Amino acid sequence: MTGPHPAPPRTPAPPAHGSAVVSPRSASVSAATSSTSPATSSITEQVTGAKSIVRSLEEVGAEVVFGIPGGAILPTYDPLMDSTRVRHILVRHEQGGGHAAAGYASATGKVGVCMATSGPGATNLVTAIADAHMDSVPLVAITGQVGASLIGTDAFQEADIVGITLPVTKHNYLVTDPDDIPRVIAEAFHIASTGRPGPVLVDIAKSAMQAQTTFTWPQEISLPGYHPVTKPHAKQIREAARLLATARRPVLYVGGGVIRARASAQLRALVDASGAPVVTTLMARGALPDSHPQHLGMPGMHGTVPAVAALQKADLVVALGARFDDRVTGLLSSFAPDAAVVHADIDPAEISKNRTADVPIVGDLREVLADLLPELAREHAQHGKPDVEAWWAFLSGLRDSFPLGFDETTDGLLAPQHVISRIGELTGPDAVYVAGVGQHQMWAAQFIKYERPNAWLNSGGLGTMGYSVPAAMGAKVGQPDRTVWAIDGDGCFQMTNQELATCTINDIPIKVAVINNSSLGMVRQWQTLFYESRYSHTDLHTGHGTRRVPDFVKLADAYGAVGLRCESKADVDATIKRALEINDQPVVVDFTVSRDAMVWPMIASGGSNDLIEYARGISPAWDRED
Amino acid sequence: MSRHTLSVLVENKPGVLTRVAGLFARRSFNIHSLAVGPTEHDEISRITVVVDVDELPLEQVTKQLNKLINVIKIVELEDAASVQRELLLVKVRADASQRTGVLEIVNLFRAHVVDVVPDSVVIEATGSPGKLEALLAALEPFGVREIVQSGTVAIGRGSRSITDRALERVSRSA
Repeated sequence: MTGPHPAPPRTPAPPAHGSAVVSPRSASVSAATSSTSPATSSITEQVTGAKSIVRSLEEVGAEVVFGIPGGAILPTYDPLMDSTRVRHILVRHEQGGGHAAAGYASATGKVGVCMATSGPGATNLVTAIADAHMDSVPLVAITGQVGASLIGTDAFQEADIVGITLPVTKHNYLVTDPDDIPRVIAEAFHIASTGRPGPVLVDIAKSAMQAQTTFTWPQEISLPGYHPVTKPHAKQIREAARLLATARRPVLYVGGGVIRARASAQLRALVDASGAPVVTTLMARGALPDSHPQHLGMPGMHGTVPAVAALQKADLVVALGARFDDRVTGLLSSFAPDAAVVHADIDPAEISKNRTADVPIVGDLREVLADLLPELAREHAQHGKPDVEAWWAFLSGLRDSFPLGFDETTDGLLAPQHVISRIGELTGPDAVYVAGVGQHQMWAAQFIKYERPNAWLNSGGLGTMGYSVPAAMGAKVGQPDRTVWAIDGDGCFQMTNQELATCTINDIPIKVAVINNSSLGMVRQWQTLFYESRYSHTDLHTGHGTRRVPDFVKLADAYGAVGLRCESKADVDATIKRALEINDQPVVVDFTVSRDAMVWPMIASGGSNDLIEYARGISPAWDRED
Repeated sequence: MSRHTLSVLVENKPGVLTRVAGLFARRSFNIHSLAVGPTEHDEISRITVVVDVDELPLEQVTKQLNKLINVIKIVELEDAASVQRELLLVKVRADASQRTGVLEIVNLFRAHVVDVVPDSVVIEATGSPGKLEALLAALEPFGVREIVQSGTVAIGRGSRSITDRALERVSRSA
């Protein structure tokens, strides 16, 4: 692990860099390398720093950059115009560019790239970078900085973006010497895509862009303090296998790490071999097909009753790429009280951070699962398979008694859950679904059936309203042949819908379902439940019977997108089908839904998971079934 | 809460101290003292951090520090297995009538007087945090006018070096 970092060879063919650049957790420390590319001689070119940036992006395999030019990044935009290998997409707001790069990364597994100028351009990226940091998205942000001699003088459009993003990046750089550009960009891509993926910001002084330099590639990467552990410890694997083979009430608690590690196939094998029930967190929806009979759904604050019960009543929790987030554990001290914990993660700092692990496993989940499988088979061969029948009888009972469902509305308006279910059913599992944050996000996580990884994108950790439209745009750029639905709320949509312009101009035909309840729905739900229905500042006036400010159909039209409106149950299917037929323009569907619909089940914030409510005032009494 | 001394070997690059100090603040860990300096290798700096934390949070802070790309190695130095020193400069009121008394204390603690004027002296002392505390207490009655104190620096006892392997890493990856 500590050996010399092999230099990244050229990656000439786009298909090659796709997988090579990003293979996020390869055991080797090669960055931006392609094992498939032939040993080519190294490149040396006399160029400007600006050109060196563009050449580095080309050689590292970046195919798309989402960005906006401005003063300090201007020199780079000149050679960028001539690049035939890097496609630049001009977004309308830097935050949109950041989320688009994240959506691109999450849908494809490649590194997403965004670009902005200094000062406000860079600060506008901060939300998207923080979002990517929380959700472990491989992202490289390149920002212009004022000239080196001006740094620290409060120059026009100067902001210390390296300082600002210190806590929300995996790493960041300030480059003032043009000779450093190719190495830093190679390192940035390496860091972003390996180990636990995350965002890396590269801030480059304008003076470095304007100076003459030598561009050389491949680059030696020098990161003596960075060597992610990918190979799990054999002894811990054996111990995990022993526990899994003997537990009577095991549950696999699957987190987003399984998706980032591309370990779905290995997970499936372990699920089948162990016979254990599985829950997939908000970040892991699709890691195991929802149709799998052992899949109990999503755990947590708005999880299914059987998923939450499985964790609470388990004698063994096997956490795979999950981080015991408070939205999953509820009151930590009462979470899975009887369970031993096996915790596997690529990031050692996650292990025993919130819940102490009895068996800690640090490693790439693909390797962890691959190693665990034969050990489990050995245990089974020696001691027979464990008897989990009683466990399954208990869980199946809960599954039958407390299926996901919803009440029809009483105000004559659409049930949002119905709309979202039908979008999923009529579009199918090959599509990509990208949610904003709030009620519609929870319903989209609950009521759309995910059958493959990377089909579900959302802002899980940071909870960024406005993620949906730009991330869907990025996903569509990365996966042009898939239908991409932004499932958005009327609040979220108003935060970032300017990127519809980007979609229209650049032929990125995403579909946006605005689940329009005319309010900040999740906040309103909490006001209903915890603030005596005092609706302080949650009315948005966009829905049925309001002034409709703005009118989303007219807004879509103004952006050159197709705007549709659906207000009755009878029209839902036809409207969705109409939206699915349009593939040459973005589509925005304004589904005006009831504002009184609430997300259930629910565990009140900070409460114990044992107090889950299936619907308002209805708690399953699972204790008596022990 | 208990006191722990961490030796953090980092790449000698701009901004590394900010990354380390910022991490402590961000994760709600309290730094008791901090000392940074060069090592026998140009590319490596050594940060000695003394923190007040319980055992479990200490493990978490160590893991989070290890995630910083510029951090090469972290070693906890136990009190018994290491030599820990601080440097103290103290300005004490000492006119002709008091000077003898002050000098007696200086000699007792094997400290030095590094500056003398008619009404005060500046004393330099190195030692364990405990010794310096005792020295200050002894000087207190004379009138302490100004104190400046370094963070703790610490090194493990015995022949083993914590930088050896870190150096290998740096030179091999260079």
